[in-house]
Amino acid sequence: MGKLVKLRIDGREVEVPEGTTILAAAAAAGIEIPHLCHHPELSPAGICRLCLVEVDGRLLTACYHRAAEGMEVHTDTDRLRRLRRLNLELILSDHPLDCLVCERNGTCELQRYAYEFGLEGNRFRGPDYDRQELPAREDNPFIRYEPEKCILCGRCVRACEEVQGRGVLDFASRGFSTRISTGLDRALTEVNCELCGQCLAVCPTGALTERARRFRGREWELRRVDTVCPFCGCGCRITLHIKDDRIVRVSGGYRGFRLCVKGRFGLSFVHREDRLRTPLVREGSGFREASWEEALDLVAERLLTIKGRYGPDAIAGLSSAKCTNEENYLFQKLMRAAIGTNNVDHCARLCHAPTVAGLVAAFGSGAMTNSIDEIVDADCILVTGSNTTEAHPVIAQEILRAVRRGATLIVVDPRLIELAEHARFHLRQRPGTDVAWINGFCHVILKEGLWDRDFVRERCENFEEFAEVVERYTPENVEGITGIPADALVEAARAFGKAERGMIFYSMGLTQHTTGTDNVLAIANLAMLTGNVGRRSTGVNPLRGQNNVQGACDLAALPNVLPGYQKLADPEVRGKFERAWGVKVPERPGLTVVEMFQAALEGKVRAMVIMGENPMVSDPDISHVAEALERLEFLVVIDIFPNETTRFADVILPAASFAEKDGTFTNTERRVRRVRRAVPPPGVAKPDWEIICELATRLGYPMSYSGPAEIMDEIASLAPIYGGISYGRLESGGLQWPCTDPDHPGTPFLHEGRFVRGKGRFHPVEYRDPAELPDPEYPLTLTTGRVRWHFHSRTMTGRVAGLQELVPEAYVEVNPRDAARLGIGDGDRVRVSSRRGSITVTAVVTARVPEGTVFIPFHFGEAAANALTNPTLDPRSKIPEFKVCAVRIEPVGK
Amino acid sequence: MKAFAEKKVLLSNVGAIDPERIEDYLDRGGYEGLRAALKRSPAEVVGEIKESRLRGRGGAGFPTGLKWELVLKSRAKTRYVVCNADEGEPGTFKDRVLMEGDPHRLIEGMTICGYAVGAKRGFIYVRGEYALSIRRLERAISQARQRGLLGRKILGSDFSFDLEVRAGAGAYVCGEETALLESLEGKRGWPRIRPPFPVDYGFRGKPTVVNNVETLANVPEIMCRGAAWYRTLGTGDSPGTKLYPLSGALNRPRLVEAEMGVPLRTLIYDFGGGLPGGRELKGVLVGGAAGAFLAPEELDVPMDFKSLWEIGAGLGSGAVLVFDETACVIDVLWSVLSFFAHEACGQCTPCRVGTVILLSLLEKVQNGSGDPAVLEKMLKVTHLMKVASLCPLGQSVRLPVETALEKFRREFESHLKEGPCPQCKATTEVHA
Repeated sequence: MGKLVKLRIDGREVEVPEGTTILAAAAAAGIEIPHLCHHPELSPAGICRLCLVEVDGRLLTACYHRAAEGMEVHTDTDRLRRLRRLNLELILSDHPLDCLVCERNGTCELQRYAYEFGLEGNRFRGPDYDRQELPAREDNPFIRYEPEKCILCGRCVRACEEVQGRGVLDFASRGFSTRISTGLDRALTEVNCELCGQCLAVCPTGALTERARRFRGREWELRRVDTVCPFCGCGCRITLHIKDDRIVRVSGGYRGFRLCVKGRFGLSFVHREDRLRTPLVREGSGFREASWEEALDLVAERLLTIKGRYGPDAIAGLSSAKCTNEENYLFQKLMRAAIGTNNVDHCARLCHAPTVAGLVAAFGSGAMTNSIDEIVDADCILVTGSNTTEAHPVIAQEILRAVRRGATLIVVDPRLIELAEHARFHLRQRPGTDVAWINGFCHVILKEGLWDRDFVRERCENFEEFAEVVERYTPENVEGITGIPADALVEAARAFGKAERGMIFYSMGLTQHTTGTDNVLAIANLAMLTGNVGRRSTGVNPLRGQNNVQGACDLAALPNVLPGYQKLADPEVRGKFERAWGVKVPERPGLTVVEMFQAALEGKVRAMVIMGENPMVSDPDISHVAEALERLEFLVVIDIFPNETTRFADVILPAASFAEKDGTFTNTERRVRRVRRAVPPPGVAKPDWEIICELATRLGYPMSYSGPAEIMDEIASLAPIYGGISYGRLESGGLQWPCTDPDHPGTPFLHEGRFVRGKGRFHPVEYRDPAELPDPEYPLTLTTGRVRWHFHSRTMTGRVAGLQELVPEAYVEVNPRDAARLGIGDGDRVRVSSRRGSITVTAVVTARVPEGTVFIPFHFGEAAANALTNPTLDPRSKIPEFKVCAVRIEPVGK
Repeated sequence: MKAFAEKKVLLSNVGAIDPERIEDYLDRGGYEGLRAALKRSPAEVVGEIKESRLRGRGGAGFPTGLKWELVLKSRAKTRYVVCNADEGEPGTFKDRVLMEGDPHRLIEGMTICGYAVGAKRGFIYVRGEYALSIRRLERAISQARQRGLLGRKILGSDFSFDLEVRAGAGAYVCGEETALLESLEGKRGWPRIRPPFPVDYGFRGKPTVVNNVETLANVPEIMCRGAAWYRTLGTGDSPGTKLYPLSGALNRPRLVEAEMGVPLRTLIYDFGGGLPGGRELKGVLVGGAAGAFLAPEELDVPMDFKSLWEIGAGLGSGAVLVFDETACVIDVLWSVLSFFAHEACGQCTPCRVGTVILLSLLEKVQNGSGDPAVLEKMLKVTHLMKVASLCPLGQSVRLPVETALEKFRREFESHLKEGPCPQCKATTEVHA
């Protein structure tokens, strides 16, 4: 912290850090200075002029001018009150007084001041200068804009620019005609707006509001429930505002107001009519409704029969990164204790299995090492294989904030993703060549002496073997493999090597390869080499895709570990669980996701229990998955909606959504947060944990808990990293594991002073080609990923009208040169084929993808990218190679 | 009492040389000021300007030498010189005459300033409508470059400096120095909150001298002839000559140069040739739209910073707008206020809303539909604008309104009682 300055505000002595504004200093002293244009999370504007204060008879702008030593500030003199009153009269002189029907009635900041200043009547109201009738605009699915209510504070403009990095909104015209506008007044949907709604979150009046909330409840009628967003791994804390058991609007988010389009506007799926409301049992080619008794009896009877006939390993279960920690814990307990198999896995296999394999080997823990709060203080940020803006919007906002504060951003990604527009360096590697460029970075850093010798000597091992391998990865060799120009590689590597606090972010672009584990090991090498582990604002930060994929891993919805990453192979660990669970814990590791489907095809797996997963969209080579599901003797699916996978089920059990149950989620930064029941589930749907308990009991293994809090207590007693976590503590905010005892404050960053495994271990890794390279028959490389408007297999977002309307169907991005050569125009229908299948989609011709590469978002079941992808596995982590396969494209007759 | 005649210092070349030929300027001693400056240290040059007591001609009258000194002593390495040539004040056309008639004088003045404060780059931000000024300046700059008077190692010294002309886009507010800087940076031309002032936080956040054209045009003369000579001109408080744009009800409306302190009466009746048709003078608006109304009994005021300040007016741009007995004061004020309403940038509340409210209140006066409280309301609004507006544009609206109300109160009251006078009836139709 810098110097402190002492000043007096309204007679009260205040001491604040140098640089604090007068407004903030006053707030620190408990004095509120009226203001409308200021927002604590945005840069000061000083334009509403309400916050003027007196300092030695002079008027200063409190939100803008800084507190200085010895200042004598008066915030509430008669003169100031008169000025503020008159100023408010001016603002209100042309403001519609329709508070009766305004959505912000009760929360409007202008209304509040009007009341506080007792503004009865208005001396200046008159028809002569009323703003000409400006109609309300609803030119997009989510945001309503009423220009007449706008007081031109500019908060929305600054939020758009400073938080979201978009600059979609600005002031237009001048003088009294000034208004907030998009470029050329176009609709938000036409100006590259992300519809994140940061603008409406900071609007002080009713000028910007959620369309969906109109006339659905006034603020004081709404019940507020604090919970966690169910979409990505950012795991933002949100508040649901509820009336008549329906979610009216969503607030909260990172730093109190920052959300993304899905978190803010994408929760209406909870109330959809097509939610599963009652258990369904297959009858002929369709389903009939059944009671819980009947359905659960049937499931238990079939599972017991199959177990009796083929043994417990003939049953496999897929747990869910969408379900709570408690439910994942119980699900694996169901599989291990009630059924007696380790055949339990979940979609992390398809995302971060290489992270867990790689980072456990290198550091001793597979988790994101550092925290979201630390990003802003990094001085160099390397993002690779993560389209952060679309997949982890709030983390991208923090990266942008760091860049604004001077951090160097390096993006290594074949596609021209949005972060690349803000990057000092954008290196576009050929898909699947990551080991080569990462080794190349290490080569340059070693060669130029930019590595951290002390860190490597004191805290790491196996350095020489590693150094020997990267010696061969000269920038020229790397250029040959990756296509990244040698000089650009050198400059970017230098920038990273010189950074004091270098932070690495990656996601599926690094892991979903047959070399996924090698990629992660290479990244770990780079971080250790530069000493960027174990300190604030550094680290290796794999971004978890699902809201609770971290928790599902932590609680061992994995075939080879027990909760808290305790080794299954360790008899002492097994002994602990056996004592707690009262049954023998099977010793043999179970099957992974892709192996389960293979085993089903081979007749080794006969029944599956799938909870909250949709492998018919999310898994590679879908026709193969379909065949496997067909072959099963019995399939039970627990979900909130019918989807591509439930079609194959024998029994479908209706589950409660995140908004309808209690529990916890663990976000990408290992932060465990409370999920709270806000509305009742539809029909007779139940929380998954209750369903698991009832099923386990019917399988002869009674499970009974008073609620998720009790389950968490059991987790805490068995998994040391969750040892100090309890619902009581979580009431006052989240906790980051490891949190080993009730007094442990949680851990913002890992490996401080010592790696979890002792010494950090360098792993020499050599470049290997992807499993399938383009050839004359399939000449293009397909890579897959997400779009911001949708989540995963669209079970949720596909049911949110606005989101579905924005991106209704799959498409393929084709580079203009490839398009020209193939005779494909923007908007044409094309057939994309690989050795495994083909789909028909619309072509988007764009330079976002480099020549030779095409991109398809994987969300769409109707035209599933995963009909094309390659199920070949990374030998160590068993992740399939989603990110690279060979395809060809041809126009479909018009 | 001192007898005043026109005195051509700044205008000495205007009309006498071909402004498109640098040779003409050189023949008449051009760039000798720069040569003299380069022989001295930057601190000495700043010292000379300080000693001359030159005050800024943009309106505020800030001591130029002090401004330069603040930039010279700044810790930042990169500094800039910006010439405010966004001459938009109604009735003001002095900078234009200088730029069109003697562009090298400005270039020389800026180059001396650049040397004095340690700047390497300068910008001339010219009102966009001044196409001829822009053309002549650009031509002059290229001639100066060719002669080694701009660019690298000027006149064989170690000093390098270059200039760029930037055109404004038609916003009066960009004549406010911080709005000008924002515009120069390619942003919306909105004023910044001051402090910090441009000497600390100017173009791209670096220390910047922002001087008016006329101010900078004084600099070569001071360098050639010395501060002592300069102080023999004008008054002790406001030395030098001043350009006075004369317009309105005059026989000879034009630009005149005279020593500071010349009485307003001399400007009107001697240099301006008096009022046409023997009409009686009703009032004078001094300093531009953001200036003060003066009554006939105030014509002996010396036209310098101090004297005008003492009677509650301001020198402003030096513009003198004369109106005669046939003009309606309410009508004149209406023009002034509609100008401000048109030019308010829209950023801060008091000015954005205040300007239109004032206009609407004035219309009530004019129509005779308001009660006498309307006048008090006007003063309340102008007071708020004076103390709470973000920039000088809003802050200065009070001056014409208050002085008009003070000096022509009876005319306001008669409108309130009886409605429009014949004169404003005629112009109201024009407004509509």
